Amino acid sequence: MTAELGHYALVLALALALVQSTLPIWGARTGDDALMGTAAPVALAQALFVSISFAALTWAYVTSDFSVVNVYENSHSAKPLIYKISGVWGNHEGSMMLWVLILAVFGALVAIFGKNLPQTLKANVLAVQAWVATAFLLFILFTSNPFLRYEQAPMEGRDLNPILQDVGLAIHPPLLYLGYVGFSICFAFAVAALIDGRLDAAWARWVRPWALTAWIFLTLGIAMGSYWAYYELGWGGWWFWDPVENASFMPWLIGTALIHSAIVMEKREALKVWTVLLAILAFSLSLLGTFLVRSGVLTSVHSFATDPARGVFILLILMLFIGGSLSLYAWRAPTLKQGGLFAPISREGALVFNNLFLSAACAAVLVGTLYPLALESLTGEKISVGAPFFNSTFVPLMIPLLIAMPFGPLLAWKRGDLFAATQRLLFAIGVSVLVTVLVYAFVQGGPLLAPLAVGLAVFVIMGALADIAERAALWRVPLKVSLSRVRGLPRSAWGTAVAHIGMGLVILGIVGETAWKTELVQRVKLGETITVGRYALTLDSLFPRNGPNYQEGVARFVVTRDGANVGTMEAAKRVFTARRMPTTEAALLTHGLSQLYVAPGETITESAIDVRVYDKPLVLWIWLGCVVMVIGGGLSLSDRRFRVGAPRTARARKAALQPAA
Amino acid sequence: MTRKQRRLVLIGSALAVLAVATGLVLSALNDSIVFFNSPSDVVEKGVPPGERIRLGGLVATGTVERGEKLAVSFKITDGKQAIPVSYTGILPDLFREGQGVVTEGSMGPDGVFRADSVLAKHDENYMPREVSDALKKQGYWQGKDAAADAAKAGTTPAGTTPAGPAAAGGAPAAPTVQH
Repeated sequence: MTAELGHYALVLALALALVQSTLPIWGARTGDDALMGTAAPVALAQALFVSISFAALTWAYVTSDFSVVNVYENSHSAKPLIYKISGVWGNHEGSMMLWVLILAVFGALVAIFGKNLPQTLKANVLAVQAWVATAFLLFILFTSNPFLRYEQAPMEGRDLNPILQDVGLAIHPPLLYLGYVGFSICFAFAVAALIDGRLDAAWARWVRPWALTAWIFLTLGIAMGSYWAYYELGWGGWWFWDPVENASFMPWLIGTALIHSAIVMEKREALKVWTVLLAILAFSLSLLGTFLVRSGVLTSVHSFATDPARGVFILLILMLFIGGSLSLYAWRAPTLKQGGLFAPISREGALVFNNLFLSAACAAVLVGTLYPLALESLTGEKISVGAPFFNSTFVPLMIPLLIAMPFGPLLAWKRGDLFAATQRLLFAIGVSVLVTVLVYAFVQGGPLLAPLAVGLAVFVIMGALADIAERAALWRVPLKVSLSRVRGLPRSAWGTAVAHIGMGLVILGIVGETAWKTELVQRVKLGETITVGRYALTLDSLFPRNGPNYQEGVARFVVTRDGANVGTMEAAKRVFTARRMPTTEAALLTHGLSQLYVAPGETITESAIDVRVYDKPLVLWIWLGCVVMVIGGGLSLSDRRFRVGAPRTARARKAALQPAA
Repeated sequence: MTRKQRRLVLIGSALAVLAVATGLVLSALNDSIVFFNSPSDVVEKGVPPGERIRLGGLVATGTVERGEKLAVSFKITDGKQAIPVSYTGILPDLFREGQGVVTEGSMGPDGVFRADSVLAKHDENYMPREVSDALKKQGYWQGKDAAADAAKAGTTPAGTTPAGPAAAGGAPAAPTVQH
């Protein structure tokens, strides 16, 4: 019964989405309060019904109801509960359900927290949100219904793809979708503003928390996906420039540009037209990502769907929303009033610089991702665009951005003084030069540019700290005053500094991993000791072991560093019972911020095993840096001026809100 | 600066960044893309030795030989032509005879393809798209795969007992779907 209930709830949600798509916007056009007033309750009801539907599907998974085709194909009764639940979105139909669920929940959140929004804007935003929901609900119901049943239920399910049975991948898609779909709110705000023809600083203040929220989740999702690929795929790499990764990275780049340009719009009413474009592009790229992953046009780990009907349907959604919103933009944007003036050297100028480079980098990634598809469909020639392409396009575009990063926060609005900013950064520059020299002198191996890259990372981190020190007037006033100033700093200032420090840490991790990792591929006999980087590994034992739904062959290593025991590692080859599919379980040993990585090879006998071993210095910073960035985003988000429903104390804020209210 | 000048600076710098990005992309597209070839392509086009390409097809049955120190040699076939490949290192989980693979490397002067990476995909039903395009009988290939699976089960590290091709055994072959 539950499957039918879920299906029915989904159809009702579609009907509600259709109502929400039309009535509020009609009300906003005609100034009918009652019609506009339907938006919020209908959005809540729609979220409720989508949730019921999703819960029904989850229930079918939890109870292993194999009469449901989707459950049969992707679950197994012996699977641990967490993977039964994560199995819901480990497949095409279920992941689209998750997409729509998050979309509906975000819509409901706008309805709940958007009390201070002008009525027409709120009505329009929720209507646009419902257009997206309608499109995807139709997509699910017509091409990807997860509630289809078998007439006779099979006894046992086919199990979830074993490499997806992992905690990392259980939470990676929800995080990523929270990011993707979060940008739909920014998109809805942008389209609503274009329809309304009204765009002011207040708009940026409403949009920025949503953009930040989406950005936070997307950052976490990408970092989680990267870590998952790192330890689960057994290749030891953390980023492959795989089209699916790029699909999530492009919205991140544009989303990062958006949260920066929205600051300019909020503070100075400048860059309005550009910010709206970014809001549209961020979601368009999210849709593109959904298309690339869900249509099966890519040859990639993530392409579970191979049905061309689905591809065409998503392509239609893609063209409708991207084409439609960009046309609306081209039509309405010229009518928007231009905002505040600024000199090229200014805070605004620095943020424009940031936006230019992020957008250019995103364009380069877009070309690298779509070029092979375009070339193949035009000429039939098959090519692969891999890491070399992105290293020689993306990386050079990031370097100016990173160099400029510490300068931005130190420049004044409207007209800045580059010389003064440089003076304030002298300490940071000094430290980074010193570190560069020390690394060059004392760290052996690695490419010549690596010490410079470390210096750049240090500069970014020290520059962020210099901004805080500057705001606290450190050394210029008594320490006590400085401390109280630090305490009094707005959270957004801390947010900026912490997020920038996080970026510096990520760079540090990337450089450490890329420049100084040691790799060894070797056949090891029982009792034999191999040396990799700073570690010595002894193959202690080889033995079989049984898991809940798999069997594995384990290789246990004892690891020492400078003669001292630092731990044991168990790498394994797993075979999952239901699908008879082998997977590699790499073993990781964390030592400080470095990791030792052991991936077992295929030929494993009674007394010897092939292994690939890496010593990866500083590698953890890659992901911890992302976490630090996320904390920075969280601090910004908690800044009191964004706090939803917070009493408006400052007069200036009231003034800013008035024209729109 | 006047408003107009400021706008010019803005537009100018935007164009400059765009030009740099375009330049980088074009030069990278010239240098760092790798073309996919089937064994027939390699023979027909005469790919020059040393040029970096991707070679994909099925691992020909009975050709996988393991040498000293992780060296492996096998042949990649598309049914018409077969190219010998040599590789040193650890093979991916789903590498086996009769399975589709994509390798990257370059042809040696002796006509042996020297691969520095071997990719097989992480799904038992999955065949690299480039490979499946070049092949006609996919049903045949899948059958082979299941058989290879069962045969292999006896030698897997965990020493699992072969339980037959479970995927085929438990599944209703042509399910009737009820709405």
